[in-house]
Amino acid sequence: MLKVQGLQSGYDKVIVVRDLNIEVQEGEIVSIIGRNGIGKSTFVKTLMGLIPSTNGEITFKEKNITKLKAYERAWFGIGYVPQGHGTFPTLTVEENLLMGGSINKDRKNNDLNLVYEYFPKLKDRRKQKAGTLSGGEQAALAVSRALVGNPDLLVLDEPTEGIQPNLVSHISDIVRQINKDIGITVLFVEQHIGLIQQMSQRCYAMDKGQVVGEIVGDDIKDYSVLKQYLAV
Amino acid sequence: MSIFGFIYQYMDNFAFLILAAIGLAVIFGMMGIINLAHGEFIMLGAYITTLATMAGIPLFISIALSALLVGIYGFIIDRLIISKLYGRTLDSVVATWGISMIMAQGMLIIFGPSIQGVGTPLGSLSIGGENYSVYRILLFVIAIAVLGVIYWVFMHTKFGLQSRATMQSQEIARSLGVNTNKVYSLTFMLGAAFAGLTGGLYAPTMAVSPSFGNSFLMQSFVTVIVGGSNPLIGTFLSGGVLGFVNSALNMIWGTFYGRLGLLIVAIIVIRLIPLGFSGLVEKKLMRGRDA
Repeated sequence: MLKVQGLQSGYDKVIVVRDLNIEVQEGEIVSIIGRNGIGKSTFVKTLMGLIPSTNGEITFKEKNITKLKAYERAWFGIGYVPQGHGTFPTLTVEENLLMGGSINKDRKNNDLNLVYEYFPKLKDRRKQKAGTLSGGEQAALAVSRALVGNPDLLVLDEPTEGIQPNLVSHISDIVRQINKDIGITVLFVEQHIGLIQQMSQRCYAMDKGQVVGEIVGDDIKDYSVLKQYLAV
Repeated sequence: MSIFGFIYQYMDNFAFLILAAIGLAVIFGMMGIINLAHGEFIMLGAYITTLATMAGIPLFISIALSALLVGIYGFIIDRLIISKLYGRTLDSVVATWGISMIMAQGMLIIFGPSIQGVGTPLGSLSIGGENYSVYRILLFVIAIAVLGVIYWVFMHTKFGLQSRATMQSQEIARSLGVNTNKVYSLTFMLGAAFAGLTGGLYAPTMAVSPSFGNSFLMQSFVTVIVGGSNPLIGTFLSGGVLGFVNSALNMIWGTFYGRLGLLIVAIIVIRLIPLGFSGLVEKKLMRGRDA
C-alpha cells in the first residue's frame, strides 16, 4: 500500500531524513521507533507533504504521490494524527470531527456515529470546545477526526504523548480494533515500549534519519531488542 | 438633542464603524494580514457605485455590483501578490501599502481629483420636529445584516469551518485535506467584497475622490484593534462600545472629541486587554467550559 524509497528531507539546508526506505502492506500495523531527535516526526511530516522531500519517492496505492501537496495526499486517503494531537482548540468537538470529512475523496463517509461508537465520551462532549478536553480526550478526538474521513492509511505521530498510562492502552485497543473491524492500515511513530509491543505487527528502527533495522515476529515482544533502539 | 436624536446618532456611528471595519476584520482576523489598502478598496467600491449609477444602473444594484467587482479585484490581488506573502505579516504591510498608493494615484490620474456624486436616496423622516435620513437608518439595518451574514458564513458553512480551522493551524488543516491557499484567497476576496460594499453604501453620502477611503481608515483600524481577531464577536462588541463613546462625546463636546474618544478607548483596551474584546470573550468561554 505504501512504499518509500530513498527519501531525503530536512529543514533549510540541514538534512534530517536520508535515504529512508520502508514498505507497508495493506491491513498491517507498522511502527517506526527510535530515540528523540533522530527524524521520526520529520519523516512523518514529509510523508504527509508538510515538509518537501529533496530526494526519493513515495508511492501510495500504486501512485507516485511525492509531488502531491499535503491536502491532495489527504484526499488520496491518508489520515494523520499529529504529534501533540493537533486539535483545533476553539472549535467544538463536533466541528473538529467534521474537519476530518475532507480526507479520502473516494470513500467519503462523514458518519460521526461510527467514531462515537468507539469513543462514546466524545458524543457527550460534542458541543464542548476541544481546548477544554483532557489530554486523553484530545488524543481520542484526534484519532476520531482522522477516522471520520474513512482513510485507507492512518498515520499517527506519537499518539500517546502526554496522556495518562491507563489511556495509552485504551487508545491502543481502539486502534487495533479499528484495524480489525474496518481494515485500515496503520503506520505509527512511537517511543512508548508498551504501546509498540501491544500494537505493532512489524517495526522499523530509525537512527540518524535512516532505517537501521526491521523488527518482526517475537522480537517485538523482546524488551532487550527494542531497548537497543530506544533511550530508556 | 432628543433621545431619538442620540439613538439615531448611535445607529449612524455603529453602522459606520461596523461597515468600515468588517472587511479589514475578516482579512486580519482570519489571515493575519494587515491590509493597508483597505481604504482604497472602499474607495474603489465608491467609484464603481457612482460610475454605475451615473451610467443609469439603479443605485442598489450598483452597490451590489461594487461588492462583487471589488471582491473579484481582491481575489486577483491575492493571487498575484498577497498569496506570496502568507505568514509574512510585515512584508504584507509594505505590499498592501504599495497597493494603496498605486490605487489612489491611479484613480487620480484616470478620474481627476473628484467625480460628480450621486444624491442620498430615500429622503428623510421627521420626528419631534427634527429630520433624520432614512438612508442612514437603512445603513444601520444593513450593518446588522452584514454581521448576520458573517455569522452564517463562518459558523454554518463548510468554508467557514475550514477558515476557522485554518486560522488556528494551517498545517493541521492542510493535512486534513483543506486547500488552505484557496481558503485564504476566498477570505481575502470576501474581505475585499465587504470593503467594496462599504464604499458603495457610503458613496451617496460623501464626496467621491481618490482619498475617499481615508475617511474610514482610522475608525476601521481602531474598531479592529479594540475588537480583536474574531471578526464577528470583535467587530460587533467594538462597534457597539465605540459607537456609544463616539455618539456620547460627539453630543456633549462635538466631532473632534468623539474621534479623540475612539483613540483613547483604543489605547486603554490595548493596555488592559491586548487581545481585544473577542480575545477576552474567548478566554472567558474556554475558562467557563473548563470549570
